[in-house]
Amino acid sequence: MSVVTLDLARIRAVAGAVVDPEIPVLTIADLGVLRDVRVSDGAVEVDITPTYSGCPAMNVIAFEVEAALAAAGFPGARVRLVLSPAWTTDWMTQAGRDALRGYGIAPPAARAGRRALFGADDDTPCPRCGSLATEKLSEFGSTACKALWRCTACREPFDQFKCL
Amino acid sequence: MTSIAVAASPLVEALLARADDALVHAHRLSEWCGHAPMLEEDLALANVALDLLGQARSLYQYAAEVEGAGHGEDDLAYRRDAPQFRNALIFELPRGDFAETIARLFFSSAVMLPWWQAAMTSPDARIAAIAAKAEKEITYHLRHAGEWMIRLGDGTDESHARMAAAVAKLWPYTGELFAAEHETIAALLPDAAALRPAFEATVARVFAEAGLERPRAGWMQKGGRRGVHTEHLGHMLAVMQHLQRAYPGAVW
Repeated sequence: MSVVTLDLARIRAVAGAVVDPEIPVLTIADLGVLRDVRVSDGAVEVDITPTYSGCPAMNVIAFEVEAALAAAGFPGARVRLVLSPAWTTDWMTQAGRDALRGYGIAPPAARAGRRALFGADDDTPCPRCGSLATEKLSEFGSTACKALWRCTACREPFDQFKCL
Repeated sequence: MTSIAVAASPLVEALLARADDALVHAHRLSEWCGHAPMLEEDLALANVALDLLGQARSLYQYAAEVEGAGHGEDDLAYRRDAPQFRNALIFELPRGDFAETIARLFFSSAVMLPWWQAAMTSPDARIAAIAAKAEKEITYHLRHAGEWMIRLGDGTDESHARMAAAVAKLWPYTGELFAAEHETIAALLPDAAALRPAFEATVARVFAEAGLERPRAGWMQKGGRRGVHTEHLGHMLAVMQHLQRAYPGAVW
């Protein structure tokens, strides 16, 4: 039986490098979806948390994490879904925010504040031209985590990662 | 496939009540997919339905664990008959026109936002965890429905008339959303009666802007929480459960 040197930092790096299937420029580490990595009794356990209760990407992400770890020499990893503490866009890294903008998606506002029921929208710069002359078309976009906007300066529609 | 018998305890019943509310509401909302008045709204209603479906799954998973009879979330969703469902009647009514769909989403969100907020401090850690996620999602639902209430109520003669009719039709179904929990588990879940001021304040604010009148207090429909449903639920379940009943355990 070979002795596997379980390296938590390496496991975290391999699991964290898995990308969101809907937004492939974002890793689950940048997204804040990867919550914890443990080794108990020689078995690897990974905790991930959903962005939204009904996020359909979670099953794929869990599968990809297991596959990536197996390929890196850590077979049989178990992925656990945890709900608490509840995911917030505040956990998204600066690298993740920059990657989103480069991909054409406006990143969430810096801090997920408590919004009034009918409050004004935060300033959302166009990810393509940077203009603040933007308007929200719909708070619900192509996935649960995105809203639909358009820029009145460069006339391009764009997605915004919703503040949660 | 035969139906399952659920070993009901007050906590299982209470979890099923909220899970069934969310599942049945999600199904009614999903009926708009491909039929909404515009593309953005098609996406919005499907997104809201997906949030509710996710909340239902979390609640069914917990209910199944508390029940401890070896059932899973799919058994609870697909293998109970209408009298075993505990959803409030408002959710099983046919989707109606767009105004009815929005009014139902508005009323339920106006109750469930303070409900989930209160549930976040439940001494039951699992309920608190589910609540912390759901509360964020419902905030978006309430804003979306509230904006449409105002837009339709304060819109054209036609949209106002339709929204006023929807409010008049659905109001008698709102009382059931405030039913008290069983005394043995009351400490784990929000006190529904205490949510009324928040609900009334939301209704008053939105109705004032929408030019709608709050119906006067009157007879309230009830029955869903003890399994006495309208005929509509059975028809809905026949569609929703067909695949799992015909092909038990089928997976993608």
